[in-house]
Amino acid sequence: MIKEIREPLIFEISEAGKRAVELPALDVPEKKDLLAGVPLRRELEGFPEVSETEVTRHFTRLSQKNYCVDLGIYPLGSCTMKYNPKVNERLSGLPDFAASHPLASEDLVQGSLEVLKRLETYLCEIAGMDAFTLHPAAGAHGELTGMMLIRAALEARGGARKYVLIPDSAHGTNPSSAHICGYSVKEVKSNEKGTIDVEALEAAMTDEVAALMVTNPNTLGVFESDICRVAEIVHAKGGLVYMDGANMNALTGIVRPGDMGIDVLHINLHKTFSTPHGGGGPGSGPVGVRKELVPYLPIPVIGEKGGRFVLDFDRPATIGRVRSYFGNFSVIVRALCYILTLGPKGVREIAEFAVLNANYIRKSLEGEYHLKYTTPSMHECVFSDKIQKEFGVTNLDIAKRLIDYGFHPPTMSFPLIVHGALMIEPTETESRRDLDLFIDAMKAIAREARENPEILHSAPHVAYVSRLDEVTAAKFPVLRWEKKP
Amino acid sequence: MSYLSLSDKDKKEMLAAVGVGSTDDLFCCIPDAVRLKRELSLPAAQSELELVRTIEAIGRKNAYSRYVSFLGGGAYEHFIPTVVDYLSSRGEFVSPYTPYQPEVSQGTLQAVFEFQTLVCQLTGLDIANASLYEGATATAEAVLMAQRITTRNKVLLARTLHPQYREVVRTYIKNLGLEAVDVPYGPDGRVDNDALGRALDESTAAVVFQSPNFFGVVEDVQALSDAAHGRKALSVAVVAEAVSLGLLEAPGRLGADIVTGEGQSLGVPVSFGGPYLGFMACKKEFLRQMPGRLVGQTVDKEGRRGFVLTLSTREQHIRRERATSNICTNQGLCALRAAIFMESLGKQGLREMAWQNGQKAAYAADRLGAVSGVKRKFSGPVFNEFVVELAKPWPAVDAGLRGKGLIGGYGLEPAYPELKNCALVCVTELKTKDQIDRLAQALQEVLS
Repeated sequence: MIKEIREPLIFEISEAGKRAVELPALDVPEKKDLLAGVPLRRELEGFPEVSETEVTRHFTRLSQKNYCVDLGIYPLGSCTMKYNPKVNERLSGLPDFAASHPLASEDLVQGSLEVLKRLETYLCEIAGMDAFTLHPAAGAHGELTGMMLIRAALEARGGARKYVLIPDSAHGTNPSSAHICGYSVKEVKSNEKGTIDVEALEAAMTDEVAALMVTNPNTLGVFESDICRVAEIVHAKGGLVYMDGANMNALTGIVRPGDMGIDVLHINLHKTFSTPHGGGGPGSGPVGVRKELVPYLPIPVIGEKGGRFVLDFDRPATIGRVRSYFGNFSVIVRALCYILTLGPKGVREIAEFAVLNANYIRKSLEGEYHLKYTTPSMHECVFSDKIQKEFGVTNLDIAKRLIDYGFHPPTMSFPLIVHGALMIEPTETESRRDLDLFIDAMKAIAREARENPEILHSAPHVAYVSRLDEVTAAKFPVLRWEKKP
Repeated sequence: MSYLSLSDKDKKEMLAAVGVGSTDDLFCCIPDAVRLKRELSLPAAQSELELVRTIEAIGRKNAYSRYVSFLGGGAYEHFIPTVVDYLSSRGEFVSPYTPYQPEVSQGTLQAVFEFQTLVCQLTGLDIANASLYEGATATAEAVLMAQRITTRNKVLLARTLHPQYREVVRTYIKNLGLEAVDVPYGPDGRVDNDALGRALDESTAAVVFQSPNFFGVVEDVQALSDAAHGRKALSVAVVAEAVSLGLLEAPGRLGADIVTGEGQSLGVPVSFGGPYLGFMACKKEFLRQMPGRLVGQTVDKEGRRGFVLTLSTREQHIRRERATSNICTNQGLCALRAAIFMESLGKQGLREMAWQNGQKAAYAADRLGAVSGVKRKFSGPVFNEFVVELAKPWPAVDAGLRGKGLIGGYGLEPAYPELKNCALVCVTELKTKDQIDRLAQALQEVLS
């Protein structure tokens, strides 16, 4: 990366009178008194004025300041940064899809409805569930939808109940989603293996508990081996089991959540099924359910009638709409493409290769970095900075130094039960060469921590910016550009 | 599988390095009883060429794109300059994650900072977030935010607010002890001020209205905000057609405390309803109650300007169940598209696009209104959509128009049973005078 490129904000290079886009001349008679009596703005104050050349150079230069999967391994644990196939980008934007309007009558959008129905069907098979809804816009939205479904099912059984149990290793979205669904959260401690403490769960599981939200494999990358027993305990007291399927990429074709007692789960299409993360979305968080919960699915549900796809709104027990229209459609097209490209064997290889790659990294770095939990890893492994701390080096220093070696850092300081965590997830699409380069860099940094810790404290050295002052950013927030007076 | 990058040799050597005999052994911690003992029942793997054929064939089953369409109602077909697609499809924008490591994410962070600034400028408010999912959930987030700010438990929803947005608000608040009350509209198609006055009381957290509203009518934002403030409730203005802000006065300058809604119009294709672009702006005193990510400006150790995600103590990954929202992933790439779109059109271009929308809709309203059997339903001023009442039932008219290659509008009766034989007609800058004339001509034939 070239350190010297300083790209101003677009507002700072704006000059009156420029524009990048011309529209055709107005071809209808112009009314001078259009919207008479309505307050109109004199001008879009502060809006930039630049040429197309300038817009193109501006965003091309900005783009070069980003690390991305197309450039190399992006080992953010829990985020599942895998390669995004290029053909899927093209197909998701086919004019027949990109132009189809969500309020068009069903018979004009049969193709779009077929895409939705097909993905629902394939996800049911992969997850072992009875039905899927593709409405949720992202994983957290899926969690909220799933918890609403659980609440509706329990109300129908006689009472919504009060509490939701969540392991201390869970994603922050879990407690937050449960809360917005009107539940109070009770934390369940993990045991020394990093999995749910079955005895603690048994003690916590009462008839006031609506559900357990479990991530499996959990955020340590460890499979909850007692999952069937866990589900039994929850079911015996009349609760339901919600699975955060963020880590479904470790399980595809190997084991199905529906076969291990899960009642409701969400899957992140932008994790397991390779749709791009886009610098923070759009995602897609489909929710799968067991039969008992089908009546409560959000509307509309895609149905089939006489060989045609239809939108079914006649669902008296539905939780209602969770968003406008039908879901993040073009993301859904991409996921469908991934599944069709891989086929049954390839979908299984998502899990096989992801788990092999993660274990290869774990084995290669064991000893160099501390592993708090030695339980077998699935698709990711969680090291900590415990060894390096002795030399005054933290996980932050290690992460920032990785940037100098040309890599994106792993996820830091999560899960919360591992102090100084470095959570590494390579995914199934990495080559051995890229894994080895990353491993070599991590080993070199471990050596530097012992021999030359100062170089880690001051890292990164070869980025566009050095460490940024996040404290000042939060204390004196500057959240927009403003014209200097 | 061209995406999986391990050769058989790699696999063998890596398994040996890990110390297991086979890939199966990697999954030893999964109880045998629940493991899948068969191959998944999925279609056989397809090559790229086969995949292209499969998906293109499915796409061709969408007859929609072969019609000239006047559909709007929250999803708008606008011109998207080529630079938007070109720049936003760069791998450096498409394939990174959320910018948690700012030193290697300055591109995304600066683009979002510019997006936040543009949203502030459009809405006339102090701060804007990095995006939310889409218009309906953004409206629901605004309702929850208003409840947190006022600690009051009733919200008034204009019936002229997008029906799907109202449904989503109700889904969100159902389990939280909040109550939503619909406020009717008058003969001008605007919120009925008297009814609003009666519904407002000291338990009202917010008045939530859309402008231009679902009927295309521009609401009196100042009057609605004044009414809300008279009872110390918040004024929440929802904008579903963001291009309108190129022409209409910023709601923030007409008293709105929170402006939220749908940014799809700004360079995001209609794409069967998603992904879209929820946005939210508010006055700075509400900063701590804002949901979603925020990008802020700061400096690095050498004093150079840089950007970071900030104020994350509001968010779920820090605050867990006490967070302002459960949102994590937002619509980063759609926000980027909107930033490129707005910066390309710029100060003059966005205003001109909005002006042309208004002009063409006005022309269409006149042309259609002159057809015998067509009546303008509401007298209020409109932006790029308007409601017509027809002398025949809408399904029959719709079918007749379709026979002539036209989708004339969106039938309102399912969502508004009182609006029998009424349709919502949308005219953006993409419609030519010829197409509008064709619609008028076709309506005349269908109705005669």
